[in-house]
Amino acid sequence: MTLLAAEGLVKRFGGVVAAKDVSFALDPGEMLAIIGPNGAGKTTTFNMVGGQLRPDAGRVTLAGQDITGIPPRAVCRLGVGRTFQVAQTFLSFTVLGNVQMALIAHHGQTRRLLADAAALHRDDALALLDRVGMAAQAARPIGELAYGDVKRVELAIALAAAPRLLLMDEPTAGMAPSERSALMALVAGIARTERIGVLFTEHDMDAVFAHADRILVLVRGEIIARGTPAEVRADPEVQRVYLGHSGTRAAERAKRAHG
Amino acid sequence: MEWEFLLVQALSGLASASSLFVIASGLTIVFGVTRIVNFAHGSFYMLGAYVAVTIVPWLLEFDRSPWLFFAGVLLSALAVGAMGVVMEVLLLRRIYRVPELFQLLATFGVVLIVQDLVLLAWGPVDIPGPRAPGLRHGVDIAGQRFPAYELFLIFVGPAVLGLLWLLMHRTRFGVLIRAATQDREMVGALGVNQAMLFTGTLFLGAALAGLGGALQIPRVSANPQMDLSIITEAFVVTVIGGMGSVPGAFIAAVMIGLLQAFGVLVFPKITLVLVFLLMAAVLVVKPWGLLGRPEAAAGRAVLPEGILDPGRLDGLTRALVVVAVAAVLALPLLDAYAVKVGTEVLILALAAFSLNFLVGNGGIVSFGHAAYFGLGAYGAGLLVVKAGLPMEPALVAAPIAGGLAAALFGFFVVRLSGIYLAMLTLAFAQIAYAVVFQWVDVTGGDNGLVGVWPSRWAASREVYHYMVAAVTIAAIVLLRRVIHAPFGATLRAARDSAQRADAIGVDVRMHRWLGFILAGAAAGLAGGLYAFSKGSIDPTLLGIPMSVDFLSMLLLGGIQSVLGPVAGAAAFHALKDFFLPLTDHWRLFMGLSIIAMVLLFPRGLAGAWASLRRRPA
Ligand SMILES: Nc1ncnc2c1ncn2[C@@H]1O[C@H](COP(=O)(O)OP(=O)(O)OP(=O)(O)O)[C@@H](O)[C@H]1O
Ligand SMILES: [Mg+2]
Repeated sequence: MTLLAAEGLVKRFGGVVAAKDVSFALDPGEMLAIIGPNGAGKTTTFNMVGGQLRPDAGRVTLAGQDITGIPPRAVCRLGVGRTFQVAQTFLSFTVLGNVQMALIAHHGQTRRLLADAAALHRDDALALLDRVGMAAQAARPIGELAYGDVKRVELAIALAAAPRLLLMDEPTAGMAPSERSALMALVAGIARTERIGVLFTEHDMDAVFAHADRILVLVRGEIIARGTPAEVRADPEVQRVYLGHSGTRAAERAKRAHG
Repeated sequence: MEWEFLLVQALSGLASASSLFVIASGLTIVFGVTRIVNFAHGSFYMLGAYVAVTIVPWLLEFDRSPWLFFAGVLLSALAVGAMGVVMEVLLLRRIYRVPELFQLLATFGVVLIVQDLVLLAWGPVDIPGPRAPGLRHGVDIAGQRFPAYELFLIFVGPAVLGLLWLLMHRTRFGVLIRAATQDREMVGALGVNQAMLFTGTLFLGAALAGLGGALQIPRVSANPQMDLSIITEAFVVTVIGGMGSVPGAFIAAVMIGLLQAFGVLVFPKITLVLVFLLMAAVLVVKPWGLLGRPEAAAGRAVLPEGILDPGRLDGLTRALVVVAVAAVLALPLLDAYAVKVGTEVLILALAAFSLNFLVGNGGIVSFGHAAYFGLGAYGAGLLVVKAGLPMEPALVAAPIAGGLAAALFGFFVVRLSGIYLAMLTLAFAQIAYAVVFQWVDVTGGDNGLVGVWPSRWAASREVYHYMVAAVTIAAIVLLRRVIHAPFGATLRAARDSAQRADAIGVDVRMHRWLGFILAGAAAGLAGGLYAFSKGSIDPTLLGIPMSVDFLSMLLLGGIQSVLGPVAGAAAFHALKDFFLPLTDHWRLFMGLSIIAMVLLFPRGLAGAWASLRRRPA
């Protein structure tokens, strides 16, 4: 059954058409990548799915339920976790506190006036941090972490919502290459074992071709190609407008590594 | 109503609009370039009037010609522009990077200083200005007499708008002003020229305020209350028009001028309320004003200014708290005066704590917290004086009054953020002030009401002191608990990143609103207790100076600390109580102190305490 479906999404900013008739579907446990040059409309598409932006036209459905234009908090409560291109965390909190806060919100406890927030959901939060390999840093203020580590914590925050769907806008931006593949492997593992659908964007073609089940190629707001990594790799149009030389090489490397 | 009458009414509305625009344009230009909301803009306006009533009559001695009159007006504007330069060089360039709250407080410090200096230089008596030669007659308009000077003023606004347009589009200085207004990053790239640009902008802004003030002298006498009355109106104009937008300020000024001219026919007493309602309505539909643009989000994440980790009290701090509570309980062993001051400190501590619940914990910089304090006081006081109820139910009503007012105003306030939010809280506080001030039948107007005495059992100072201690300490302990609780943590989370909070399922606006109500209720309770401690209520409880007092307590105590505001309230009130009787220049002293605090000591007493504690033994 389809987990997420986008149908004919359109978004304009003044004269710029950031998304033009964007449609795709995503199954549980599937990793769907959106690739495209800067300004292609990837983040805009994420924001229309996650509720940060209301599409000018089109529909978004989650497991058959229409979620078009509902606010992010409601999208989250339906089981959607989100990470942002520029990591969004609670800077005054510790690493652990960030995940605890997400769990407090997930359990609908944000209006409790007398409980001690620092004592709530400690173990669950630590377990989530452990999954992303950040348990050892739990007590540190998040502002002290390296950016790549912040991105991992952001993943733990997103997982706190017990999501069916993860939206990850450039999850590995700012990480060292070795860290990148480790993080993508981690996400892919979680997606497969827990049957979570993952929609992600990446500028790192190695990560995309190694881990995506399917790929959408977005250029100037339009999907110009879609399919399995092999199909996208072979598409001459994609090679011409986007992948170019380096992208093709990354695709070849990925093919050798898997083949 | 005859159409002739309406026409004249419209013309006088346009004349006020014109004056208002001249002043507001300066404020909005200064904000656009420096991103500082300059409270002292009203002081420049007042100085413009005072300088003009001094030099224009002197010039007219030589020859009663219109040219000398206007030369005097322009000279006054230039002189005030020079004062703007002084303010930029001495103060503003040191605070471009400090948090908004501190900028507002520092410029308010200048307001206080100028008030005292004006009193020193010109005395407390209003000084009428000369009428403008050649424009003293009335003009016949559709059978009605209309003052020629007003007619002239109508043309001043568009003329200034046109000149500003030329400046902005035809000169290098103006082009830089526009560029800086539109793009913050660009200013950094200016290098050396940046200082020139900022100084020049302050000259222009202050000169426009001075011009506005100088042009008023045939209409109103120069008086020491001019600054605060004009600054709220100028704030409203710039906020409605969009901060930084000169054409926006023009449109807003015309709207407000006409609204006041016609509003006075329909609701003679509450034109001020109409103006603020217009502002609230505009901001709900267009949160950045008519022609304003949203502030681009900062590229890099920065630590918020406020409570970071509420944490636990360490041993020594706990000991300090115990000593403080013991001192509060022991006060009645001293004299009655100490008890009175102690009671007031407790009440102000609760008010300051509730304000820091918003500012330090929620990142909601309220510039009108006195509204909730004052409405709590009136809620309790009116029940006693007008309804004859005893103290106990009145003290229950106080937090309800504060909370209800906060619910009403907060509904609009939490839609905004940053400087717009601060301006709207200020505007709402002024509405509340205006209602209390003008609704004489119920509130006693300017004089307020007397006879707000405690019940018989609490009539002695000592018993009342212990009751206040019990109530305020319990309220502070509870609020502190809320700061540590999920609700308080959620407010901090929303302050750190509203986007992240939303994405984990938090209704940010709703939580901010509930937080605003809770803080309003706590302030209302404090206000109720205050009314019974004084035995009376009056509109100063809701005024801007009261709100600034609360903010100064936070500044003094340290907004990054949970208990700092309590220490700040104690220190502030004790200092005020000690110095106020000793000096005729309390405002000068207070203004200088606020500025010194912002510049030298921005983390307050709590910051000093923390660094003392961290120092190796
Ligand atoms: N809030 C906005 N207002 C105006 N224009 C916008 C806004 N958000 C995005 N745009 C424009 O829409 C287009 C698509 O932007 P988007 O951020 O979706 O691209 P992207 O594919 O995520 O790019 P990148 O790889 O750089 O992150 C760009 O031209 C951008 O300038
Ligand atoms: Mg993007």
